[in-house]
Amino acid sequence: MKKGLRVYWQLFWSTFTISACTFGGGFVIIPLLKKKFVTDLHWIEEKEMLDLAAIAQSSPGAIAVNASILVGYRVAGIPGALVTIVGTVLPPLIIITAISMCYAAVRDNAVVAALLKGMQSGVAAVIADVVISLGGDVVRQKKVLPLLIMVGAFVATWFFGVNVMYIVLVCGTLGGLGTFLKERSRKELM
Amino acid sequence: MLMLELFFSFFQIGLFSIGGGYAAMPLIQNQVVQLHSWLSMGEFADLVTIAEMTPGPIAINSATFVGNRVAGIPGALVATLGCVLPSSIIVIALAWFYFKYRNLTVVGGVLSGLRPAVVAMIASAGLSILLLNIFWSGTVVWTLENINFIGIGLFVAALFVLRKWKPSPILVMFSCGLIGTALYLII
Repeated sequence: MKKGLRVYWQLFWSTFTISACTFGGGFVIIPLLKKKFVTDLHWIEEKEMLDLAAIAQSSPGAIAVNASILVGYRVAGIPGALVTIVGTVLPPLIIITAISMCYAAVRDNAVVAALLKGMQSGVAAVIADVVISLGGDVVRQKKVLPLLIMVGAFVATWFFGVNVMYIVLVCGTLGGLGTFLKERSRKELM
Repeated sequence: MLMLELFFSFFQIGLFSIGGGYAAMPLIQNQVVQLHSWLSMGEFADLVTIAEMTPGPIAINSATFVGNRVAGIPGALVATLGCVLPSSIIVIALAWFYFKYRNLTVVGGVLSGLRPAVVAMIASAGLSILLLNIFWSGTVVWTLENINFIGIGLFVAALFVLRKWKPSPILVMFSCGLIGTALYLII
C-alpha cells in the first residue's frame, strides 16, 4: 500500500482527467484506468486489473465510479478510495451543474427546444440499439429462465408499473438461487 | 426534509442499479418522475439526452441535475453523495471478500438473473422516451396532429444507421439534433 501526498494527488488527478473524458460512462473507463495504473504507473498488475473490472461490473452503482474506488482502494486503502471517488465525481458534478443552470434559462428557447427534441430521437434510437443487442444475446442463449425473466420483467414494469427495485430484488434472488441449486446438484453427483 | 428525500432517493438508485450504464435509467425515472415528481417526463428525456452528451455516469449526472433543480448546489452535492455511498461500501466490502476468498460464484449467479431483467427495464424506460418522441402528448393517441412524423423519421433513420454502421452514439445524437432543429423550425 502506498502513502504520501504525492500518491493521493496522482490518484486524484488521474481519476479526475479520466472521468472528464469518459463519455457515456460505463465500461469505457476500464481501458483508460488500465493504461494509467498498469502500463504507465505500474501500481497495479494486469491480472489484478481484470479482477477489479469484474468486481466493478458486479456491484451496484456506476461502473466508472466502482472501478475508480477499487483502484484507489488497491493503491492506498480507504483514504485512496475516498480520493478517487472525489476525483471521479467532480467532473460530471461541475459540468452538469453548469448545464442545469443554463437549462432553466434556455429550455423555452425555440431553437434549444428543437435541438433537444431532435436529439431525443437519437437517444431513443441509441437505447433501442442497446436493447436489441442485449436482448438478442439473451434470446441466443436459448435458456428458459433468462427468457422468462426478461419477458416477465418487461410485463411487470411496462404494463403493471411495478417498482423496479422489487424486480431487481426478485430477479437477483432467482438468479442466485438457480446458481446455488445447480452448484449443489453438481456436488452431489461428485 | 427535502434534502433527506433527495439523499434517500438517490441512495436507492445507487443501491439498485446493477449492470452499469443504462441500468440506472429506469430507476431514475421511477424515483424522479413517478415517485417524487421532481421532473416531468419531458424533462427526464432532456436529462437523459444531456447525460448522454456529457462525460460521467448517467446516475451521477442525474443526481447533479435533479439536485440542482430541486435544491441548488447543496441539493446536487447531497444527491450525488447518496448515489455514490451504497456502491462505495459494497464495492470495498466485495473487494475485501474477493481478495480473501477469490470466489464470486454467488455474485455471478445473482448477476445472471439480473441481466435479462435489466434489459427489460431498459426497454421499458426507452419505450417511454420513444412514446414522447412519437406522440406530441407522450401518450398513445392516434390522431394526425398528435403524431410527430419528424420524430418517427429521425428515430427510424438513426436506428438504421446505428445497426448498420455502428457509429459513435454521440455522433448520431448530434446529427439528429442538427437535422431535427432544421426540420422542426422550418415545418
